[in-house]
Amino acid sequence: MHEVDMTRALLRSLETWKQGHAPQLPRVGSVHLEVGSFTCVEPDQLQFSWNAAIRDTWLSGARLLIVTVPLLGRCLGCMATYSPQAEQGYRSPCCSHPMEEIIHGRELRIRSVDYDLSTPSP
Amino acid sequence: MHMPLQDNLGLNLLAANEQQASHNREHFDQWRLLCLNIMSSPGAGKTSLLERSLAQLSGDLAMAVLEGDMTTQLDADRLGALGIPVVPITTGRCCHLDAGMVSGGLKLLCQRLDPAKLDLLWVENVGNLVCPAEFEVGEHLKVALLSVTEGDDKPLKYPVMFREADCVLITKIDLLPYLPVDVDRIEAHIHQVNPRCTVLRLSASSGEGFKAWHQWLWQQLAKHQGPLPLANPMPSPALTTAQG
Ligand SMILES: Nc1nc2c(ncn2[C@@H]2O[C@H](COP(=O)(O)OP(=O)(O)O)[C@@H](O)[C@H]2O)c(=O)[nH]1
Ligand SMILES: [Mg+2]
Ligand SMILES: [Zn+2]
Ligand SMILES: [Zn+2]
Repeated sequence: MHEVDMTRALLRSLETWKQGHAPQLPRVGSVHLEVGSFTCVEPDQLQFSWNAAIRDTWLSGARLLIVTVPLLGRCLGCMATYSPQAEQGYRSPCCSHPMEEIIHGRELRIRSVDYDLSTPSP
Repeated sequence: MHMPLQDNLGLNLLAANEQQASHNREHFDQWRLLCLNIMSSPGAGKTSLLERSLAQLSGDLAMAVLEGDMTTQLDADRLGALGIPVVPITTGRCCHLDAGMVSGGLKLLCQRLDPAKLDLLWVENVGNLVCPAEFEVGEHLKVALLSVTEGDDKPLKYPVMFREADCVLITKIDLLPYLPVDVDRIEAHIHQVNPRCTVLRLSASSGEGFKAWHQWLWQQLAKHQGPLPLANPMPSPALTTAQG
């Protein structure tokens, strides 16, 4: 259910983008997302609910391509980067410092769309 | 063969929601009120917190509540009994509030009062530790509650919520004598994912810890809108910040 809401929010963002775009948009073949691993979004579930959500919409048939961005932190004890792990309580392995700076992993980004010009737009 | 063509969006997945959230926040700023987003798992004590805080603060602050976690009419009665406007927000089957729902609640609120007269707006979110953390509603501050009955691993299991919180309230501490739980460990886990946030311990049953919690609130109000013309002046600001 959570991912259904997330998908709905994604569709709303795409809808808003479309409205600010040229009135005649070519058919969208795929949508590229970047999803950080330190977010509330599960790529597999998003993928699953996407296929149901776009049926009979202007995005019908579009593929969702998700790139996962791993969590990377910076230890403020020694400035080294590290991959925070839940099992380690997100602390740095070098200095056991708490997770202060996140370099990446919080992304929820629509990177781009590919158009499919071989089929007419809906 | 088709000729692929691409458009770069670089747009937040939740951009539509964020747009609406910014719009809500513009209203709040125009009305010079502070908006708090209160989040927790179901039953952690959000409504009980509100009950006690509203009762204690209503002499000094003009407040209203947007209630997104109305499980029963009883909740509405509990808060309504205090004479503070409570607007229920219908979420359908959605597991979080979004900015559009809050905007709808604001419209109803504005029919009942002049929002510019408010100092503080409480938004009680849907009981859920997952997605409310990602859906801004236009709040200035996020307050997450974690009850001592939930176990000390929750901050590491739902790290995004605790990372995003400005203040975490460890609730129901009156139950500590009966539970095999180490409250210092809970607090340490919160600070591991969010070293800068304020962590406070309280009990809505006994009232313990509310002085520090309200002091934190007064500090945030002062930061937000400068000194308020208050009937009763703010209690002396003994600074209570996060330890560790
Ligand atoms: N012992 C104890 N019980 C509490 C406290 N705060 C809330 N509760 C109880 O926890 C249950 C859920 O509280 P409620 O405020 O409705 O939680 P919400 O779902 O987060 O709004 C109720 O039965 C409350 O009486 C507390 O400080 N101490
Ligand atoms: Mg409640
Ligand atoms: Zn280090
Ligand atoms: Zn949700």
